[in-house]
Amino acid sequence: MAFSDDDIRKLAHLARLELTDQEVQTLGPQLERILGFVEQLAELDTEDVEPMTTALDVNNRWVSDTIEPGLPREAALANAPLADKECFLVPPVLPS
Amino acid sequence: MTIPLDSATRLQRMLSDGEVSAVDVARAVLDRAAATEPTIAAFTCTAGEQLLDQAAAIDRRRSAGETLGPLAGIPVAVKDVLCTTDMPTTCSSRMLKNFQPPYDATVVAKLRAADALLVGKTNMDEFAMGASTENSAFGVTRNPWNTDCTPGGSSGGAAAVVAASNVPLSLGSDTGGSIRQPAAFCGVTGLKPTYGRVSRFGLVAFASSLDQVGPLGWDVADNALLLSQIAGFDQRDSTSLDAPVDDYLAAIANADVRGLKIGVIRDQLDGDGLADPARHAVQQAIEVFTAAGATIVDVQFQQTKYWVPTYYIIAPCEASSNLSRYDGAHYGHRAEVSSEEAQQHGPLVATYCKSREEGFGAEVKRRIMLGTYSLSAGYSDRYYSKALRVRRLIRGDYDAAFEQVDLLLGPVTPTAAFPLGDKVDDPLQMYLCDLFTVGANLAGLPAISLPAGHTDAGLPLGVQLQAPPLREAAMLRAGTVFQNATDHHRRRPQL
Repeated sequence: MAFSDDDIRKLAHLARLELTDQEVQTLGPQLERILGFVEQLAELDTEDVEPMTTALDVNNRWVSDTIEPGLPREAALANAPLADKECFLVPPVLPS
Repeated sequence: MTIPLDSATRLQRMLSDGEVSAVDVARAVLDRAAATEPTIAAFTCTAGEQLLDQAAAIDRRRSAGETLGPLAGIPVAVKDVLCTTDMPTTCSSRMLKNFQPPYDATVVAKLRAADALLVGKTNMDEFAMGASTENSAFGVTRNPWNTDCTPGGSSGGAAAVVAASNVPLSLGSDTGGSIRQPAAFCGVTGLKPTYGRVSRFGLVAFASSLDQVGPLGWDVADNALLLSQIAGFDQRDSTSLDAPVDDYLAAIANADVRGLKIGVIRDQLDGDGLADPARHAVQQAIEVFTAAGATIVDVQFQQTKYWVPTYYIIAPCEASSNLSRYDGAHYGHRAEVSSEEAQQHGPLVATYCKSREEGFGAEVKRRIMLGTYSLSAGYSDRYYSKALRVRRLIRGDYDAAFEQVDLLLGPVTPTAAFPLGDKVDDPLQMYLCDLFTVGANLAGLPAISLPAGHTDAGLPLGVQLQAPPLREAAMLRAGTVFQNATDHHRRRPQL
């Protein structure tokens, strides 16, 4: 797997990362090398193996559908980069 | 009087007998930190005056005849990946530089309930990604045995504060070996519990199906003491195991391994990936256990060469998902975006991208990219689904082995602590530090790293015991026998 600079930039955008030109040039060969290393998994026949998504095979635990107190608004807003007394303030989503 | 900051059980006895007060202990901790921190740099934050206040409150309650918790007056440091209401939780990342959690992690709440002294937060690889504690936005931590070497990672600070005798106990987290590796590099004992044995509520997620909180201390007895306080079911963690907790302290009293079968994964011990001093440490441990009455059995694992590749698909995939929450909207770093930058993808997406660019370090970005790629359309079957299937095979190896033996014995790290900067430019070499530890995380099993000798250069070496799920007590018992027969855990670095 070889990555062009454009491939890396496209992938970075999917991951919502902005990268410097230097980072783009460094990451391409590094990802190629790591993916080349993990490619050895292809040696194994896993056709009939069930995927293991959790560390231990435990059943999902259900909680009762009852209303319980959540984080108070003041506490939830306390770490916001920008907020008023009621809401998180974020850049506009739609074009003006 | 010298206050033994390297033994929780001894301190516990001295405090309850009135030989020392909690304030004496707190002052000793602050003095010790002042002496070692300029060199070791293991804390991201210390409680300072708050620590004396905590201690004074415990002394007052003791004087009043109140019943105190089992850790009353015992100093404990906490890895900076665990939420604490009275100290920042940064994950050693610029992204969370000023984050002040609105709640305590369950394990932190349990420490408070046990009346422990919460000394501070310890340095780590950013978001627990790394094997050397060099990927921290707040500077590297140094190994107390040799300050030119790494303390290991990602719980490097948590291991170094114990090795530097700042505190007798600390809490780390282990996703692929992040408690056991720094424990081995720093000559202390570190335990990764069964997945789900200890609550992950309030542990900032890196790879949710692998992460587990666990104790570090000089010896097995101190690990057992701390584990007994943090283990147990937690309704707030949907992956928490609702199973009885063994009495770990009772388990290590009169410990014995006679009749026990201990397996050795022969291809790991004989393989090229293990340096001679680390191999020698395992061979000596085999002799110790044999002399103590255990039977050593060679076991065959089919998939050991696939442990690291499997881990380095699953962990980055889960990381790319978990770290998507850092978008500069609700908390964490938010970048300023110029009108030109906002025009290209819109102001919100531009804010996400630039905030994450400024907030995350190189290793975190690398793993997010790797995970995003492995989960992307057209590649997820080839990488992520494949890795999940191989994970099942890896677990199968363990299940088959534990039909023959009670525990597994092997190396923790391929080498002793390596020099700072030695692997920072070669991520794959850094990932291979995880060669012997990731299996337990992929399979969800408990494992413990025990001090097991030193290199000619005086650097500590460790050996690892692994056990079936929820068999921590058996592992602690065997570890106690090993430490009763050796003195590796009693050696201290000159600082």
